[in-house]
Amino acid sequence: MATEESKANVKRVQVKRFKPEEYPEKHYLNQETGLWAWLTTVDHKKIGLMYLMSVAFFFFIGGMLALLIRTELLTPARTFMDADVYNQVFTLHGAIMIFFFLIPSVPAALGNFILPLQLGAKDVAFPRLNLASFYIYVIGALFTITAIFTGGVDTGWTFYTPYSATTGGSVMMMTMGVFILGFSSILTGLNFIVTIHKLRSPGITWNRLPLNLWGLYATSIIQILATPVLAITLLLLTMERALGIGIFDPALGGDPVLYQHFFWFYSHPAVYIMIVPGFGIISEVISTFSRKVIFGYWAIALSSLAIAFIGFLVWGHHMFTAGQSSLASMVFSFLTFLVGIPTGIKIFNWLATMYRGSIDMKTPMLYAMVFLFLFTIGGFTGIMLGALSVDVHLHDTYYVVAHFHYVMMGGMVMAFLAGLHYWWPKMFGRMYSEFWAKLSCGLVFIGFNMTFLPQFIMGAQGMPRRYFNYIDQFQSFHQFSTLGAYVMGVAFFIMAGYLFHSLRKGKRAAANPWGSRALEWQTSSPAPLHNFEHTPVIINGPYDYHKPMSEFQLGIATPHNDHHADENVSHTESEKEQV
Amino acid sequence: MSEPSVIEENKSHVLHHFIDSDQQFEASKLGMWVFLVTEILFFGGLFAAYIVYRAWYPDLYLQASEELNTFWGAVNTAVLIGSSLTVAMAIRSAQLNQIKGLITNLYITIGLALTFMVIKYFEYAHKFEIGILPGSYYSYEGIAHEKANIFFSIYYMMTGLHGIHVLIGIGLMIWLVVKAKKNVLHSGYYTPVEITGLYWHLVDVIWIFLFPLLYLID
Repeated sequence: MATEESKANVKRVQVKRFKPEEYPEKHYLNQETGLWAWLTTVDHKKIGLMYLMSVAFFFFIGGMLALLIRTELLTPARTFMDADVYNQVFTLHGAIMIFFFLIPSVPAALGNFILPLQLGAKDVAFPRLNLASFYIYVIGALFTITAIFTGGVDTGWTFYTPYSATTGGSVMMMTMGVFILGFSSILTGLNFIVTIHKLRSPGITWNRLPLNLWGLYATSIIQILATPVLAITLLLLTMERALGIGIFDPALGGDPVLYQHFFWFYSHPAVYIMIVPGFGIISEVISTFSRKVIFGYWAIALSSLAIAFIGFLVWGHHMFTAGQSSLASMVFSFLTFLVGIPTGIKIFNWLATMYRGSIDMKTPMLYAMVFLFLFTIGGFTGIMLGALSVDVHLHDTYYVVAHFHYVMMGGMVMAFLAGLHYWWPKMFGRMYSEFWAKLSCGLVFIGFNMTFLPQFIMGAQGMPRRYFNYIDQFQSFHQFSTLGAYVMGVAFFIMAGYLFHSLRKGKRAAANPWGSRALEWQTSSPAPLHNFEHTPVIINGPYDYHKPMSEFQLGIATPHNDHHADENVSHTESEKEQV
Repeated sequence: MSEPSVIEENKSHVLHHFIDSDQQFEASKLGMWVFLVTEILFFGGLFAAYIVYRAWYPDLYLQASEELNTFWGAVNTAVLIGSSLTVAMAIRSAQLNQIKGLITNLYITIGLALTFMVIKYFEYAHKFEIGILPGSYYSYEGIAHEKANIFFSIYYMMTGLHGIHVLIGIGLMIWLVVKAKKNVLHSGYYTPVEITGLYWHLVDVIWIFLFPLLYLID
């Protein structure tokens, strides 16, 4: 590998074994404590935890709203709430789950915590901006909560015009909330891109970047390219309501389909903002718990970027029945099928990683398995919806609802839970109860399928989405679905229970409880305030399971070590071994 | 380019999580470039709306742009391009450690930006007077086209958002003057000047697109 020239350039870096402190006395959780220190912290780990609490709160709210929806649908007519209230409840469920839970869940909560650790950096590139983005999120959330209490919103989470421009309630407050939230998402994406480019420790070359970071990198690119378009769309919509500027409202000479184009130009890539970081987590978890080098590293890394790219070209498949030209529909339909290729590449590479691995079915791996099962169903039904003739039949039915939940909840939420359980010991230095965690995972799986499988059938038979009433023939499906939702509700309460329990009473976690080779596990649990006591020099890749743990070591860099000499560092090491 | 400064060994500006001053500078600059990409997409939505409506109603645009004052638009274009020059000179002064020159150039830039806003104010005021108001308040009779209000909605959205960006730029420039007077900026650390300059060039470039697209069509 090393040519004569590069040998001449080799820097001798002092490499000594780097063993993390077990059960540290001082770590980031017990330094700089107190409410004010937390609220003004610029530490990425604490900001990540604050995000985690916020998204958990909104997941709870959104989940309760889902249970209300399902309860109302127990009977074909009114069960316990009026149709107007029902419209507001499903709108809020969608808007809260998407904008306040799914979008920030992995990047802002888990990503913030784990990204600098995986890079061997002390923090993200712009720590103050990171804190600012958290407060922007909070302000956006306050706007939304105000909207709920000042009239509510009944437009559905898509805010389609002309209805959204003319209906009552606090649509403006809500769209402003989402508008503000968008900036939080943009700033997080910006921060991650710069951090990954500029703050990698010596030795982390692009082909040693953990796949989780490839996922976050692709996500960040979508965030910075798509979110501004949502911002301008919602600003125009707000102006439509405030001043009647007439760009989207047909009564004033505008065009509602233009709104749909604008909206989906963001919102289709947005579903990849939600799912691509999940792919990253699954790659980490599957490799760690299969004890195997990840299969097809570059295929997985580049397919994330491919999804990010293709994701920008398919927004028209949301409008097959909205009156766009049939040529446009054909092109969008064809492009939609292309998304299946990189996604399939990922699935096959994960399966190949597991093949002949020594699989350890710990809770994170269990969630990864659930993810593979549910996400594959979600993906295939997505291909069906992308087919033009089928979509005309299935558009705006429960089939779409079921597909979306299989991808977003079955895919993204399961990946989020896999990541949460995987990094929980690193976050809090405590282990949770494996028994209760597995039980809850099983219940989520059962409840999820009970809830959404019947919705595929109902949708195929013509049950339209968002309807308050339905005909009697669907009642048994709806009731089964509601039952499933309750099972999931119970499962999530169990989860909340054992996770809270582990915070106080859980067994203390070792620095590397899973025997992972990734960098974040080479520091103590919970992590020290500045992540690593020294700037680490990375000698091995994050998936080097073919090397025994005893040979696995990090180097220690001298201060002001040149960040750009990373490749040379590994050469030094390999030469040393040869000598 | 990334040679460490030998003139001054002042490292107080390097934040704890960076290895050295160069890494911090490069990170900040990349961050600003990424932010400018988001700005382009933000305005891109409006440009898309502009294109769509222009394709649908070409004569509307021809008629309505007659109402815009090409002379003052051209003056404003010259003013903004001039301010881009002075902001570039400000960066140069900072690189050469000429703090006085830096402050002077920033003052000129602020002055030009304010000139732009004043001219814009008179343009808006004139339109408001004859009834060209945004959205449903539109009441001007002089354009024989039923969608005239939409052209001006797009006009007000585009120039309005651009104006807000100019105001933010003025705020940033004042912040830089304060920093420079406190002697925080020097040739080893002029990152804020550099990235504000990048931002200001983008504001300028957007106007360079807005001017012909809105004022010069016939």
